[in-house]
Order: sequence, then C-alpha cells, then structure tokens
Amino acid sequence: MAQSPTAQVPTTEIDDDPDGRARFDELIAADSRIEPRDWMPAAYRKNLVRQISQHAHSEIIGMQPEANWISRAPSLKRKAILMAKVQDEAGHGLYLYSAAQTLGTPRDEMFQALVDGRARYSSIFNYPTLGWADMGAIGWLVDGAAICNQVPLCRASYGPYARAMVRICKEESFHQRQGFEILLELMHGTPAQRAMAQDAVDRWYAPSLMMFGPPDEESVNSQQSMAWNIKRFSNDDLRQRFVDMLVPQAEALGVTLPDPDLRFDEATGHWAYGELDWHEFQEVLGGRGPCNTQRLAHRRAAFEDGAWVREAAAAYARKQADAAEQAA
Amino acid sequence: MTRADPHGEVIVDRLSLADEIVGGGEEAATADAAEYALWLGDDALVLAQCLGWWISRGPELEEDMALANIALDLLGHARSLLSHAGTADGRTEDDLAYWRDEREFRCAQLAELPNGDYAHTLVRQLAFAVFQVELYDRLQESSDATLAAIAAKAAKEVAYHREHSTEWFRRLALGTDDSRRRLLTALEHVWPYVGDLFRDEPLLDRLEGVAVRPSTLRAPFDQAMGALAAETGIELPDPDLARGGGRHGIHTEHLGLLLAELQVLARAHPGATW
Ligand SMILES: [Fe+2]
Ligand SMILES: [Fe+2]
Repeated sequence: MAQSPTAQVPTTEIDDDPDGRARFDELIAADSRIEPRDWMPAAYRKNLVRQISQHAHSEIIGMQPEANWISRAPSLKRKAILMAKVQDEAGHGLYLYSAAQTLGTPRDEMFQALVDGRARYSSIFNYPTLGWADMGAIGWLVDGAAICNQVPLCRASYGPYARAMVRICKEESFHQRQGFEILLELMHGTPAQRAMAQDAVDRWYAPSLMMFGPPDEESVNSQQSMAWNIKRFSNDDLRQRFVDMLVPQAEALGVTLPDPDLRFDEATGHWAYGELDWHEFQEVLGGRGPCNTQRLAHRRAAFEDGAWVREAAAAYARKQADAAEQAA
Repeated sequence: MTRADPHGEVIVDRLSLADEIVGGGEEAATADAAEYALWLGDDALVLAQCLGWWISRGPELEEDMALANIALDLLGHARSLLSHAGTADGRTEDDLAYWRDEREFRCAQLAELPNGDYAHTLVRQLAFAVFQVELYDRLQESSDATLAAIAAKAAKEVAYHREHSTEWFRRLALGTDDSRRRLLTALEHVWPYVGDLFRDEPLLDRLEGVAVRPSTLRAPFDQAMGALAAETGIELPDPDLARGGGRHGIHTEHLGLLLAELQVLARAHPGATW
C-alpha cells in the first residue's frame, strides 16, 4: 500500500551554514555524491525536486500512449512485451518519486500537483499513438532519447537520483531494443507494414529530438545544473549524440529520417540536422499539444476513481494497527 | 502485498516462461486434450485482456504494477496452453487467439465480465485465483506431460494472485462503508457466474487422468471462500445460474466486443508477422 513515508528532511534550508556549505562545495568539486542527510543549498534541493518530480511525472503520463495499444497488440508475444514495458514505466515513476521524497517533498504532494495540472512532464507524451508502428517508433526514438539523456544522470551528484537512474537505464535499453525490433519486423513485412513504420517515424522523429529541451542559448536551468554536477552535457550536445546514433540505425532499418537537411558534416564529424519547430514545442509545453487535456484527464480520472480504494486500504490498515495495539 | 521486487525481474521472468513452454518440441495434444487446453487457455487470455485495461488506470501506482504482473502471468499461461492446443491440428497461439470467432472461444463466462469498478475486477480475479490454485495444484499430475509442466509453473504464480486478491478482499470488506457496499454490489453482479467453473462436461469423461474434473474443485473452492467470507462477515450470493455455456461457446454479450478489440489489428493484415 502507498503509505508514503512522511518526510523527515526539512524543505527549507538555513542557507547560511558555513560549515555545511564548505562541505557541499568540497563534495561537488571532488565530483562526489551528496546524500539526503548532507547539508545542501535550498536552491540545489529545489532544482532537484523540480527535475526528479518532472521526470517521475513523465514516466507516469508516458504510460498512456503505449497502454493505448495493449489491448490491440497484433500478437500475444508483442502484447506481453508491451505490457511489461508499460509496467516498467510505472516502476520508473515509483523509483523517482522515492528519490524525490528523500529531498523532503512527499509523493502525495507531487502526485497531487500532477493531477491538478500544476506540474510539468515531458511534452513528447502529448502526441497521439495512431498505429501499432508507434510502439516501435516510441521505443526506438523516445526511449532512445531518454537513454541519451539519462545515462549521464547515472553520475548526477545527488546519490538517490543517480542510483535510481542506474536501475532505470538498464530497463530503458531493453525498451529501445524492443522498439527497434518492432520496426525491423514491420520493415521486413508487407508494403502496408512498411508504410506504417515510415509513417510512425515521420511523426515521432522531430518531437523526439526536442526531448532534449530548447537550444543551449535558451535553456534557463542548464548552467546551474551543470555547475552542480546534475547535468553533464548541454541539450545540444546530447541532441547531436542522439542524431549521430540514429542515422546508422535508420539505415539498418531502412526507414528515412524526415529531415531534408540531414547531412554528414566532414568538418565536425557529426550529422548536421535541420531547424526544429521550437514554436510547436513551446505550444505543446504550454498545454496546447494534441493530447495535453486527454492525458491529464486520464490521470485525473484514475486518481479520482481510485480514491475510495485507497481510502479503504488506509482505513483497513488503521484498524489492523489499532487491533494489534489492543492485543499488545 | 506485492512480491519483494514486483518490478525488477518481470520481463525476463514472463517472457522466458512463455519461451520455455511455448512450442518446446513437445508431443502433440490429442483433440480432446486440445479442447481442454482451450478452456484453460481462453480463461487466462480473456482475463489478461481485461486486466491489461487497468495498466495506467489503477487506484494507485503499486496496483497498476500488481495488476500488470497478474495479467502478464496469465498471458504467459494462455500462450503456453494455446500453443499446446494448437499442436493437435498445426495451429499457433496467434492463430487461435486472433483468428477464432466468438463461438469458438471456450472461456468461462466469468472471465469475460466487464471490469466495472475496482471491486468488480477484484471479485472476478479472486474467484479465478482461488479456482486456479486448486486446478493447477491437481493438474500437475496430468498424464499429458505438457499440461503437467504448464501447471507446475502456473501453480506458483496463481498462489501469488490469490494472496493479492484475498488481501484486497479484506481491505474492501473491512475498510470503509463505501468499500464494503461496493464489494457487496460486485459480488451480487459477479458471483452468479462462478458456479459454471465447476460444471463437468462430457469431454471430461474422455480425459480421465489428463484433465482435472471441475466438480472436484468445488469443495476446496467453497471451503476457501467460505473461510474468507466468515472472517470478513460477508455473505456470498448464490453462485449458480440456470445456464452457463462458456465451454460450449455460448458467451455473454461482452465477449464479442472484447474480441473485436483484441483481434482488430491482426485481422486487418492477414498473413503478416509482427
Ligand atoms: Fe521509463
Ligand atoms: Fe522506457
């Protein structure tokens, strides 16, 4: 049962603890880990809670686009893999909420913010899954981008976050592989299946590139996060890595990446890619994507419909505890 | 309530279970044993399909994961059982799951009842889990070696399903007035379909030593449920309807829609592999 342990760490910090600050600076300079009991600047704590809870929310909202195809998966094997994958995402959400709780914000509070529409999550999940091939494209591109983003986070300075990321990354690489396999199977299939695969890649490619966030010159949180050893590489560096990784994989699949400007740049040794539609990104982030209201309504309905179940479990647990006390 | 690490091992676990048993160079099933395997396989498949709906909709994240776990277990059982059934006439698990029509399905009507609210899902799941624990315990003795092997694997998993459902039954029965009222409503709707699980059909006369006679599972089922009902002060409704018929292909109004969704994509692409 989800009795979130009550927070033991204060959410506000006395920011003028000179010894604490010296120790913190020392740990950061040595690229060591900060643990929950260590002193940390209030801004560091706040920044982490924001990032980790957003990440947790993304895992939870991210269940929906794929859950949409569990009932229609075209073979029992694919159905089993997809169910396991969506279940993994719920697990990722749980690990991350636990990591964020160590910073003093209770899970219920974070969850309530999500349900109330006050919290952000990755805008990629505000796009619809219109066909089976979307399960392939999401695994290959969305989980693929998540891996590029998250592998460096396994070395993030905050211990619980870094450890959660280690577990998560192991599973994400399985997710990417199964997505690639779905597309590969489709590309070796009938003409209709090949068209399905290309259509999905056409729709998911650009949004997946935007998962790394705005270009470096516009990224507000990046500088400080890098100084704190939370973030290791800039948005554009990670995006470039991702594109470089995708090009040969797209070739192996036989799909075309929908970017007429994509070309190998001899000078840099990287694949240069075309302008992304940052206006669309801002719109989706601002709540005007194709599925924003749908995703939030789905999460809210599950939360509200389940309230009586959670209340029953809590009441039962209280009665059990009372009975145990009486007996003692 | 959940296993120590309900999440970490799930992928490897579930898929290797199916891979191990699915099509493992076994002896072909007789036509009668195949029919029996369809009974059990269709129960598991249809239940898994119903439970899959809860993933992203559970009352809490832990329950999304627990229901997904159960659905994955059942899907594994279904794959093994349908594969075995298919050996009788050269069909695959997917031929059987995606290309049979409603009247060819052999699940008990209980399996196909709508999810309803969480109480309805829970009551349906509890009845199946208690039934399947007794069933797979005995089916391990089957003279059909594949059925025996599937039962041995499944027995451990359905024991966990029973534990999970039993705990939730207690919570709903003894939690709040609202949860108890919802549980009673769900029992009223679902319980009449339970009796059909225990009906002996003429097929069983031809499967002595291969199948478990459903009527022999009735007493242990009643005992387990009776104990839980007494403990929680719940009165169980009459578990028998005048007519069942799932094992003959006579279903509720719900199965047609469930299969339409399950099969729609596969049927749009005959001959395709995925
Ligand atoms: Fe994830
Ligand atoms: Fe993932």
